[in-house]
Amino acid sequence: MEYEEGTIIRVAGPVVEATNMKGAEIYEVVYVGKEGLIGEIIGLKGDRATIQVYEETSGIGPGESVKRTGAPLSLTLGPGLIGQIYDGIQRPLPAIKDVAGDFISRGVSADPIDMDKKWHFVPVASKGSKLTGGDVIGTVQETELIEHRVMVPPGIEGELIEIVAEGDYTVKDTIAKVKSAEGETEIAMLQKWPVRHGRPVKRFLPPEEPLITGQRILDTFFPIAKGGTAAIPGGFGTGKTVTQHQLAKWADADIVVYVGCGERGNEMTEVLTEFPELIDPRTGKPLMMRTILIANTSNMPVAAREASVYTGITLAEYYRDMGYNVALMADSTSRWAEAMREISGRLEEMPGEEGYPAYLASKLAAFYERAGKASISGTEDRISSISVIGAVSPPGGDLSEPVTQNTLRIVKVFWALDTALKERRHFPSINWLRSYSLYLDDVKRWWSANVAEDWFDLRKRAMALLQKEAELQEIVQLVGPDALPPLEQAALEGSRVIREDFLQQNAFHEVDTYCPPKKQYLMLRIMLEFYDQITDAIKKGVSIEKIRKLKSKTDIARMARVPNDEYEKAFADIEMNMRKEIGSLVKEVKE
Amino acid sequence: MTDKSIEYRTVREVSGPLLVVEGVHGVTYGEVVKIKGGDGRERLGQVLEAREGLAILQVFEGTTGLDTKNTSVRFTGETMKIALSTDMLGRVFSGSGKPIDGGPEIIPEVRRDINGAPINPAAREFPREFIQTGISTIDGMNTLVRGQKLPIFSASGLPHNELAAQIARQAKVLGEKEEFAVVFVAMGITAEEANFFRRDFERTGALERSVLFLNLADDPAIERIIIPRMGLTTAEYLAFEKGMHVLVILTDMTNYCEALREIAAARQEVPGRRGYPGYMYTDLANLYERAGRIYGKKGTITQIPILTMPDDDMTHPIPDLTGYITEGQIVLSRELHRKGIYPPVTVGACLSRLMQQGIGAERTREDHADVASQLYSAYAEGNDLRNLVAVVGEEALTERDKAFLRFSDIFEERFVAQGKDEDRSIDETLDLAWELLATLPKEELKRIRKEWLDKYYPKK
Repeated sequence: MEYEEGTIIRVAGPVVEATNMKGAEIYEVVYVGKEGLIGEIIGLKGDRATIQVYEETSGIGPGESVKRTGAPLSLTLGPGLIGQIYDGIQRPLPAIKDVAGDFISRGVSADPIDMDKKWHFVPVASKGSKLTGGDVIGTVQETELIEHRVMVPPGIEGELIEIVAEGDYTVKDTIAKVKSAEGETEIAMLQKWPVRHGRPVKRFLPPEEPLITGQRILDTFFPIAKGGTAAIPGGFGTGKTVTQHQLAKWADADIVVYVGCGERGNEMTEVLTEFPELIDPRTGKPLMMRTILIANTSNMPVAAREASVYTGITLAEYYRDMGYNVALMADSTSRWAEAMREISGRLEEMPGEEGYPAYLASKLAAFYERAGKASISGTEDRISSISVIGAVSPPGGDLSEPVTQNTLRIVKVFWALDTALKERRHFPSINWLRSYSLYLDDVKRWWSANVAEDWFDLRKRAMALLQKEAELQEIVQLVGPDALPPLEQAALEGSRVIREDFLQQNAFHEVDTYCPPKKQYLMLRIMLEFYDQITDAIKKGVSIEKIRKLKSKTDIARMARVPNDEYEKAFADIEMNMRKEIGSLVKEVKE
Repeated sequence: MTDKSIEYRTVREVSGPLLVVEGVHGVTYGEVVKIKGGDGRERLGQVLEAREGLAILQVFEGTTGLDTKNTSVRFTGETMKIALSTDMLGRVFSGSGKPIDGGPEIIPEVRRDINGAPINPAAREFPREFIQTGISTIDGMNTLVRGQKLPIFSASGLPHNELAAQIARQAKVLGEKEEFAVVFVAMGITAEEANFFRRDFERTGALERSVLFLNLADDPAIERIIIPRMGLTTAEYLAFEKGMHVLVILTDMTNYCEALREIAAARQEVPGRRGYPGYMYTDLANLYERAGRIYGKKGTITQIPILTMPDDDMTHPIPDLTGYITEGQIVLSRELHRKGIYPPVTVGACLSRLMQQGIGAERTREDHADVASQLYSAYAEGNDLRNLVAVVGEEALTERDKAFLRFSDIFEERFVAQGKDEDRSIDETLDLAWELLATLPKEELKRIRKEWLDKYYPKK
């Protein structure tokens, strides 16, 4: 269908106004100016449309044309997404590089997925069956790890009247036909979905299983559930990005969508160079085979930055609908909010707190609400999830600012990064006294069933000990450590072990970077046993000086680096030596 | 298309650095305008907003002498460009790109849009080549690599210029002799400071490998918006077309941000924190992100922006937003400076995000990462104890704690402090670190793996 062309009347940065746009819809995609820059309508008034343009607008002026497409900003979905790196509006960056060179120029476009590649399609649905949106009609091996399930697009329901035989097809080839009351619909592997609308599910379910990340402070102390939401706020340099990268590497999700929203170019390059070499501990395959990257770096157009988180979550939903557990990392949601603020400012909207638009809170909430564990669309009952972890970059590290506060009202897990910890190179710099997780009760059962019965009790005891340490530290600051009674000093020794050797974890150490749940549990158990034993020894008269000089402490400190396939035996030895060493101190006193 | 021959005499408003022109036709966003005042002097400007029949212009070189009666405006139909050539090496330019060293005009090989274009993240190569600056706190603990952007957070009265000049002088990649160049961009610094750099470059012979862009304190503030873009466009040309390793020094970013605020205020935009515009993050990113390496290209761009933190406040929007974009920061402290320590680098607040990939067996030395980590934690522990000693006295400390306390003193005196011409090799830096760490009980060096302890711990 041909639409009438509009005419530009005003250009101010990424915001363009055009007249003769009657009939255009809000959020419709348009092509702006001679070069056909991609834009999206964000406001309508009479026959005037306000357009945010996803590319740099220099050289565009009043009088040039605006062409309508009649469709909202949509993603192209189908096999070939995994392993790709896209900008905020799903333009594939490697293909753009082939066309335009090392720098991103304007008006360049490329197909998000390869339209000519033939995929080996295996039908699973049979002719005559009754199908509904979300039902799988066939599969394609997308990467060695991921089987792409070709689904009936949402909203289509009827009888399968035709399906192709097993063979090689492009994403555009018709592979099936569904007949419904309204007529026949052709189905290809490719489908489109508007980014600003969530894909439907049957219903959302309460999360139960933890998303295991291999990071001790997260898994043991502040777990996130599969289908849960978490926020990591922190000033610069506190480790948001390292934590996000660690999660993208080691989280036990089937698919990872990593959105680099307004962040550094070199960080995306790091992911691109590192992930194909890193091996997923669960599957033994390169991590890139389950990862999709969205890179809209800080110097790329802000309007596309605004769109990037929606692009990310829509991709996540598409794979969730296939039945996969997806984890999405958004780094950083503050840059996304700033993009909204910048565009809102250009629209001369009434500003809310700190210049952010008044709808900031509802946009944030709507984004996080697209996460969750769900019973997904389709005839069969299938369950899968999207977990969302958003980094927040509060100005000056001040958590009272609007983005952090509005995020904390929605998410269930809060990992508080701390500049003081960072300055002493305590990594990950997550403050254990300020962080929280509301999924503890939900994941308790999983830990009891799969790791150990007493996991929850251990965690509780460790947390109480750390709390006690914080209180004692206040007194130490006033009177010095030696003024404390020996038992309290023992508590300081015990908590120091947990703080230095459990909570700290070296992301750059080949073993320590990923700590399996069982190892986490055993480490914590031995550390608490150490505390019990020294308390007991002190009660029996052993001096605190002797406790401080225990060799076992060095062994405990090295536990984290024991290779993940030999720790059970090594830990048993460490435990035995520790008992022996402390036991002999007690014996000395008795004699 | 704008008609280049039309001279508009329809200026309606002059306000700060902005000019509003009426009755214009065919103006495009971002194009360059030539403005002639009643005084006959020509100035450059740029379109900030293009409407049907109206344009808002931002005037570089100041609006003094412009009026609404005699001022004429001509649109060029082009965005802001700079003429580039390798002959620019050894030359000095003004904020509008004209030579100011008395030499001839540059005969351009190419002309480039000063705004550049973002490097495609898929075309970037990850920076991992260690640059030895000869400064222990940087090389040992906050390693700089080629293609990184590592700012110096300083404050008025601190020796950031000396440090930057020392880095520019000493920086080298081990075992390689390659073409390098320095692009030096001054924004609103004093003539005295500019002379310091110029003399230092001359003294060491670096001047002929340098391109200087100078906007001094008494030059129009608005030029500060374009001068770093000219410098970076030059750097991109030298690096990615001529294969040179370019070090870009941008000083002082604080003045740049002030200029940005001035324009935003003149345009009556909704202000963000402390009156700075809400898009300052994006704007700064457009400068800082122009550092890096590109796959398949020989040259690289490494940036050292310098900024002075107003009132030594690191949470001020300028250092804050910079820190969120750059790959770490080197922070100078007044406290160390008062103690007479040069360079007064306070390592706790410093960071180099690209360090991990730039160090290790094949790049610096196998024990580097562990040693750096141990230095950090030992110094932090010693510093905590200093606070405690102030309350309870040194006698109340255990032997172990006393060792840490002593360590933090000698660390500052011997590791942090060094001469203004002292160029320490990475081996010297790491050996010095071991010497200092050896004052602590060996079993306290928990962050160093056993094999390095066995190999490097000094034998008494």
